[in-house]
Amino acid sequence: MARGAQPLGRIRALGVGVALAIAGFLGASVWAVAAKAAGRPGYLSAADWSALRFTILQAALSAALSVGLAIPVARALARRRFAGRSALITLLGAPFILPVIVAVLGLIAVFGRSGLLNEFLAIAHLPQVSIYGLTGVVLGHVFLNLPLGIRLFLQGWQAIPSERVRLAVELEGSRWWLLEWPMLRSVLPGALLAVFLICLTSFTVALTLGGGPKATTLELAIYQAVRFDFDLAKAAQLALLQLALGAAFAVIAYRGGAALGMGAGLDRQGISLAPTGHLSALTDSLWIMFAAAFLLVPLAMVVASGLGGLADLPAGIGMAVLRSVAVALAAAALSVALALALALRGGAVAMLAGSLPLATSALVVGTGVFLMLHGLINPTRAALPVTAALNALMGLPFVFRGISSSVEEIEANYGRLAASLGLFGRARLRLLILPRLRRPLGFAAGLAAAMSVGDLGVILLFSGGAQETLPLMMYRLMGAYRMDAAAGVALVLVMVSLSLFWLFDRGGRTNADA
Amino acid sequence: MLTLEKLRIEQGDFCLTADWSVPEGSITAIVGPSGGGKSTLLSVIGGYFSSTSGRILWKATEIGALPPGKRPVSTLFQDNNLFPHLTVAQNVGLALRPDLRLTGAEKVQVEAALAEVGLAGYGARKPGTLSGGQASRAALARVLLQSRPIILLDEPFSALGPALRREMLGLVAEKLGERTVLIVTHDPSDAREIAQRLVMVDAGVASAPVPITEAFERPSPALAGYLGQK
Repeated sequence: MARGAQPLGRIRALGVGVALAIAGFLGASVWAVAAKAAGRPGYLSAADWSALRFTILQAALSAALSVGLAIPVARALARRRFAGRSALITLLGAPFILPVIVAVLGLIAVFGRSGLLNEFLAIAHLPQVSIYGLTGVVLGHVFLNLPLGIRLFLQGWQAIPSERVRLAVELEGSRWWLLEWPMLRSVLPGALLAVFLICLTSFTVALTLGGGPKATTLELAIYQAVRFDFDLAKAAQLALLQLALGAAFAVIAYRGGAALGMGAGLDRQGISLAPTGHLSALTDSLWIMFAAAFLLVPLAMVVASGLGGLADLPAGIGMAVLRSVAVALAAAALSVALALALALRGGAVAMLAGSLPLATSALVVGTGVFLMLHGLINPTRAALPVTAALNALMGLPFVFRGISSSVEEIEANYGRLAASLGLFGRARLRLLILPRLRRPLGFAAGLAAAMSVGDLGVILLFSGGAQETLPLMMYRLMGAYRMDAAAGVALVLVMVSLSLFWLFDRGGRTNADA
Repeated sequence: MLTLEKLRIEQGDFCLTADWSVPEGSITAIVGPSGGGKSTLLSVIGGYFSSTSGRILWKATEIGALPPGKRPVSTLFQDNNLFPHLTVAQNVGLALRPDLRLTGAEKVQVEAALAEVGLAGYGARKPGTLSGGQASRAALARVLLQSRPIILLDEPFSALGPALRREMLGLVAEKLGERTVLIVTHDPSDAREIAQRLVMVDAGVASAPVPITEAFERPSPALAGYLGQK
């Protein structure tokens, strides 16, 4: 639009302030880390290098496996129609908003020492498998990221226009080479990068399924340096290494447009790419059954053992629920407020500030904040507010993308009409943008709440065990091998997480006219 | 008089010039092949797109530098003429106050405008519950209430069936005939039905308006080509 290029007037200035605040906060944390690291003489130890290698190795394997498995599953789901298909697709998305520690508990119930798989192997007189170490970390990450991969590729398949399929069929061309391969080639790099980036900064999986000298990630090493070695300088050095690693790949992802969208609406009736052969029908069914079993059996185990564990809930569960809900609500409110201010500003400044947290990680920024607070106040006392704030920041890139694309869409569809009516500034916000943003805002808030309610890294770093939230309580119980009680808490955590997501998402949908 | 003075619009390879005026209180149809720049011409007059050079004058006052909301111009677009999340009355009320803090008297005005287009009692409904024709009427009610002298219609009724479209054109002629209306259409019979003048947009030129009967009796080569006449 040529004129009236500032339809929101002074409201846009707020976005600049928010962008500066985000950059300033992240910058100060990194500066604190760098200053502390610089004060420590000596180079990285062999253990530190091995943590770096393991971090990259597990992220690369996890990305390759998640994406490699997602492709045949998404293809099968895209070209087959069966009863319960849409319910299955919705359910397959569940691990994405599932608290990581709950997912780990479910995986242990299936693949753990006395899990379903090993019981079966024992009956068959086969050797036992261990879920701990590299295998477990990769397994955990594939479980958590396979749904993301399936979503991305399913969208890709559904985006192939039916006209082109018709054309390919008429020309008797290969559907694979003409249509499917070009789509895969465009989706693949972004999907790989997205999963790789997520696994690079994942903490909980490494904490619970990794560990030891052979399977420690940088994030885990940072936590151990702070909490067990009380060596803040070493923690800072590791944080700097993690930052360099994360930032390098975040820049690649930012330029290459990694697939970080939240992707709504996956149930469009796409075209039928289905070949009619019996063999392909069989392999497709097997892939779908594999994905359903791999993703849903651990969830079912959580629910089943959780129901039994409900009778065994530890004292203090009520306070833990309250703390978790408070953290989630605060994180969701902060994340959405920051994202909204940035989205209303728009442009490169907002995009950069909204993506900046991707270059860092919760433990890196957490270490910085820890160093800044150190000596001022007891970190344990700041644990809950810091957990809320850092989770809000880490969720910001996801929340921001969803909201900013909606703001752009609103301006594209209704900007001219609003301009012709002189709808500017606060009136434009109140009468046009906020009402039309209800759905994406509700969804984003629900996602931010669900993501932060499962946080274990920041709370563990700051509280060291006190100020128990639900994930922290689960971690303590699992460490004490009280698996039934842990399963009970897991079920409570899942219910809290899903209720928060549902309430926000539902709140956005009610009375929101399309 | 609405005057386009040596107006030149450029957008990449695309270029369009216009240098003419239309009198107040007249309806002018704008026809031409698609992609010729009919909608772009309207966006420039409405203030949504800048011209490269030239001036736009209304009653000898230059309006080309004003933002859309400050021009004496109301526009009906091809679609998205109503905000779906606001009621019909709120949509129409925006004509009076962009912040929608309407006084009692203003609410009465809104009701009257709705009654004038045959939508009495529809104020509390959301646009999603209206038919295509009713939605067009609601948008028209807002234009009526805005009381701006220049009206730009960018094929706003093109999604309606022939009978409904003719009905809406009749309503435009009846209610807005005293204002200065420019209407883009791809249907020559629409132009003949409603307009007194015709502007042909083709080959980078929006030619000067020609009285409608003359335009069709002795069509210019461009119009003849567009109409498919030899």
